Amino acid sequence: MSEITAEQVAHLAYLARIDLSPLEITNLTHDLGQIVDSIAKVSEVATADTPATSHPMPLTNVYREDVVVPSLTVEQALSGAPDRAGDKFRVPAILDEE
Amino acid sequence: MKAELMDFDKALELFEPVLGFEVHVELNTKTKMFCGCANEFGSGANTNTCPTCLGLPGGLPQVNKKALESSIRLGLALGCEIAEHSRFARKNYFYPDTAKNFQTSQYDDPICHDGSITIELESGRLVTVEIERAHMEDDAGKLTHMGGATGRIQGADYSLVDYNRGGVPLVEIVTQMIEGAEHDAPEIGKTYVAAIREIAKALGVSNARMEEGNVRCDANVSLRPRGSNVLGTRTETKNVNSLRSVERAVRYEIQRQAAVLSGGGTITQETRHWHEDTGITSAGRPKSDADDYRYFPEPDLLPMAPSREWVEELRLTLPEPPAARRKRLQAAWGFVNLEFQDVVNSDLLDAVEATVAAGASAQASRKWWTGEIARLANVAGVAADSLVTPVQLAALIALVEAGSLTDRLARQVLEGVIAGEGTPAEVIESRGLAVVSDDGALIAAIDAALLGQPDVLVKIRDGKVQAAGAVIGAVMKAMRGQADAARVRELVLERAAAIE
Repeated sequence: MSEITAEQVAHLAYLARIDLSPLEITNLTHDLGQIVDSIAKVSEVATADTPATSHPMPLTNVYREDVVVPSLTVEQALSGAPDRAGDKFRVPAILDEE
Repeated sequence: MKAELMDFDKALELFEPVLGFEVHVELNTKTKMFCGCANEFGSGANTNTCPTCLGLPGGLPQVNKKALESSIRLGLALGCEIAEHSRFARKNYFYPDTAKNFQTSQYDDPICHDGSITIELESGRLVTVEIERAHMEDDAGKLTHMGGATGRIQGADYSLVDYNRGGVPLVEIVTQMIEGAEHDAPEIGKTYVAAIREIAKALGVSNARMEEGNVRCDANVSLRPRGSNVLGTRTETKNVNSLRSVERAVRYEIQRQAAVLSGGGTITQETRHWHEDTGITSAGRPKSDADDYRYFPEPDLLPMAPSREWVEELRLTLPEPPAARRKRLQAAWGFVNLEFQDVVNSDLLDAVEATVAAGASAQASRKWWTGEIARLANVAGVAADSLVTPVQLAALIALVEAGSLTDRLARQVLEGVIAGEGTPAEVIESRGLAVVSDDGALIAAIDAALLGQPDVLVKIRDGKVQAAGAVIGAVMKAMRGQADAARVRELVLERAAAIE
């Protein structure tokens, strides 16, 4: 069984700004543990000549040319904003970095 | 709040400073890093945004090939290895300067790694700064804090966000620890950032204007007691956006940390903010759980594997390293340090080089660019090299050296050229400014002046040549300044001897 703890799940939930109930934390601790165990099992059969990959497609070097395409209008860009002031998004002051 | 500071020399006696720098260079591509929105400074708020850079559902990022090319060229110019395999990673954090809730950056596979540059301090000391990595990432949007008294975030009621800058390509260059800096620590900071800026500019990959935030520096400083080999706790001073500020911020942190440590206190590992106006740093947030960015490979972007052939092609496009170019030009021009620094500091190296290439002498080119042209540019509030072309100036200098123009007349011709009246030759023609080089006309005027001042004539004949000044003045006036004073003087002495 994996070593995922309820504390780790609670910490992760805080980092992701997700509010979890104690029951959800218990369930997720169990689920995440199973996921980690499953991946460990796959790792057992992956030999040294199987490189780690972050992507399912064997593709590299897919690029875009440096050509401007039209942007959204200001109205479109701001249409989903909960609050605005003029042409800018308005957000609560957050005491963090300047 | 003003912190207690220890005298700089005293601080260096007790402690050894260890430095590190992170310099962000904003690339001058036409579009953003991962979408086709324009990369422009000064557009209307939120006019350069799209679903990708706003992090809206359905947005699909794609790497800007030009940005990758610029990053590789910058890495090569810093002596870096270019990774055979490189990929992007998400750096997760919640702050309204990014609407995506993560910055697209690089973590364990940066595009460039293991380089170094050697910088030269004013004393002539050479310092090699090792580069750990140079990686690609996207910039954040711009926040404006509103309300409160100070305009700073403390006491702000709310903030406004413009996402035009969000997604603009950056290269972050990270140094290894710099040890052995000693008293030169502040100057090393300034000179290193200046070198990065100069290289980025020479490559043409960035506009490299610090005042517009194209080059930004975070300075890491820690102190360890003399004799200790255990590293002290470091602080990271952000917001250091001019060369002078880098120097001041490093000096300030050394003095502040030395005072804290020698008073029995401890340094908190934290980010600090540099305040240009007061010249101090202030505590930001401490490093904490919030720094757990949960980096993971960006699933929406494919890995990059720049071919070795492409990298070598790009290596061939590198310009001469700026430091080597400066050495070469100073030697070729024979300028003393002060003269050469004047040209470099005025950003006129290209202009002088082009003027010399157009046939003018180096000294004359330097004098005009850093003298009269710089003065006029200063008055007009524009860059000196926007006023005249090197070819126009070379033509003007040639006319002065041929004796067709005096310096005074040349300045008038220059004004005409700047006013758009044409080439120097055309301005001379239309304003009638050429030197009177017809000796006949000069001799007539000299004879008249000498005969009008017989006492002066006697003095000159008695060998008191300084008396000739009065006659020269009268002749220059009669010629309305359009004569070569040296030639007039020559002729005055000749005529004084010859005249009946």
